[in-house]
Amino acid sequence: MEHTSVVERVVRGVLIAAILAFFLFPILWIFLMSFQTNEQVLRIPPSLFFEPTTINYASLITGKLQTSAGSMDLAFMQNLGNSVLLSTCSVALALVLGVPAAYAFARFKFPLSEDIAFTLLSFRFAPPLLVLLPLALYFQDIGLNDTYIGLIWVYQLIALPLILWIVRGYFEDISPDIEYAYRIAGHSWLQTFTRIAIPLAMPGIAAAGLLAFIFCWNNFVFALILASADKQPVTVGALAFVTASGIQYGQIAAAIVLSVTPTLALALYAQRYLVEGLSLGAVKG
Amino acid sequence: MAQIELRNVTKSFKTGKVLEGLSLSADEGEIVCVFGPSGVGKTVLLRLIAGVEEPDAGSIWLEGRDVTDAPPETRGVGIAFQNFALFPHMSAYDNIGSALTARGASAATIKAKVEKVAGLLKIGHVLSHAPRELSNGQKQRTALARALAADPKIVLLDDPLRNVDAKLRYEMRLELPSLLRASGATVLYVTQDYKEAMAIGDRIAVLLDGRFEQIGRPSAIYREPVSMGVARLFGDPTINLIPIRPRAGDGGATCEIGGATLALGPSHAATEGRSVLLGLRPEALSVIDAGAPGAFPVEVVAVTPLNEKTVLLMRMPDGQEIFASEAGVENEARQPGPAFARFDPARVLAFDEATGARIGGGA
Repeated sequence: MEHTSVVERVVRGVLIAAILAFFLFPILWIFLMSFQTNEQVLRIPPSLFFEPTTINYASLITGKLQTSAGSMDLAFMQNLGNSVLLSTCSVALALVLGVPAAYAFARFKFPLSEDIAFTLLSFRFAPPLLVLLPLALYFQDIGLNDTYIGLIWVYQLIALPLILWIVRGYFEDISPDIEYAYRIAGHSWLQTFTRIAIPLAMPGIAAAGLLAFIFCWNNFVFALILASADKQPVTVGALAFVTASGIQYGQIAAAIVLSVTPTLALALYAQRYLVEGLSLGAVKG
Repeated sequence: MAQIELRNVTKSFKTGKVLEGLSLSADEGEIVCVFGPSGVGKTVLLRLIAGVEEPDAGSIWLEGRDVTDAPPETRGVGIAFQNFALFPHMSAYDNIGSALTARGASAATIKAKVEKVAGLLKIGHVLSHAPRELSNGQKQRTALARALAADPKIVLLDDPLRNVDAKLRYEMRLELPSLLRASGATVLYVTQDYKEAMAIGDRIAVLLDGRFEQIGRPSAIYREPVSMGVARLFGDPTINLIPIRPRAGDGGATCEIGGATLALGPSHAATEGRSVLLGLRPEALSVIDAGAPGAFPVEVVAVTPLNEKTVLLMRMPDGQEIFASEAGVENEARQPGPAFARFDPARVLAFDEATGARIGGGA
């Protein structure tokens, strides 16, 4: 039963619209910019009406950027591929390591378990630059500098604590009796883990995986220091748009649109699991 | 051969000792109710037998095999949890069939057995539903069906009627014994409702302070409790305990209650000269209007008719309040006011005031 007056509903609608406009306008503006040339972007006053062009996308995809100062090569598509590769592999590795670890932390009390879990979380507190410089030197020594494996390893600092702590909470919420019941029915603990614990924690695993993916995707400083041009993700690759002849706003906007697309698609896809998982809910009597 | 045998099982947690030296043996097809107040460790005991907890000392034998260190999946028991613990992401059918799947049964066997047990428990029409779509009663029946589906030799039921409504609980109390007996399994049934224990159990094991205070047939436990603690757990209203100091008299011990001298009879000779608590079941007391030999004065304070019986709250001359319950409705005219109460000496119990152990009486 809704007990809201017309005025209340109108005010609520206006406020929601204002908030949406405030937060979504920059995104809309970037989307529009991506279909404009640099001249159109920079004209004063700015206008919502322009003749759309796909030249920004074309130059990103072909890798050839035409500017007034001449032509230059862009590695954007390779950067995008690197981002996909680095983020996907990092999250996959973090899930393989983190989900069983989260289960262990949730279910078993072993010596120092809380300390270990907290130490892993504390990786998220330290400023990345603090560890990065010594790490860069070590990586050069052991040959991991400028390798995908080295970057994926370092990305675990981002992904692993996140997955561990989010998924652990979901495992803790599962009644141990449900797992006991499955074991007593005659299943090994491994079967219980894969067929009871993981499916029931799936919304948490999906949420944590998604979040970790976005954090990895948006990471800038690790790749900036530890990778050279051909291994760099889009976040670092976007620096190339700051050229000698000026900042290529149109290309930057198009690059943003392209680089947001994979995470957006993933979020929309994972949303189904998030909602489905929530509706499973508790089945207590 | 005992199907379930506990030998001196002891278990403690950080908070202290929960179970201490429990021994119990249940034969094939027997239903043993483990009864005790909440928090006494009944569930822990079931978990020990199921194998999800390990005892600190002692051993557990199932079907003649020492399973003390065996993992739960090898013990072949069926279990129903108090909170049902259904697998939320599986249909009722898959829940019930889980133990059969684990044993590698064929799809046809699983279907036949699941449908059979579901039919017995009247949940055949909801097999395709997910647990969240089931009513509480259906969840409870699904949990029971899951425990019974694979025809386990040993079934452990952890207060399965706790979370269902009163009507269903009453129905299930009537249906369960025949259902369990038909399965032929040895059943350990945990409950904290004495009526349930008496209705369902062939024997009752009373768990108090981490020990089995008494193990016996329901009628024996009611009529001949070994201690005051056991006597107080059975009966509603609870047993009246009146402090007395019996003396030797003509033909057995006598005592004084409220100024009246009452004969306790020869069966209570052992109480003479000791401080004892006289245990009077409310239904063993009868209330009369006029004084008579063997009756003591009381003040009827409140009369509560409960259809099949009437419960009277009475105050004795020394201020102690006691209950009497009278069968039937013939006492509708009973009014609060002065009256007399008397009892059949053969039906009273006497407990040592210091230790709580029963001294004499009972039959």
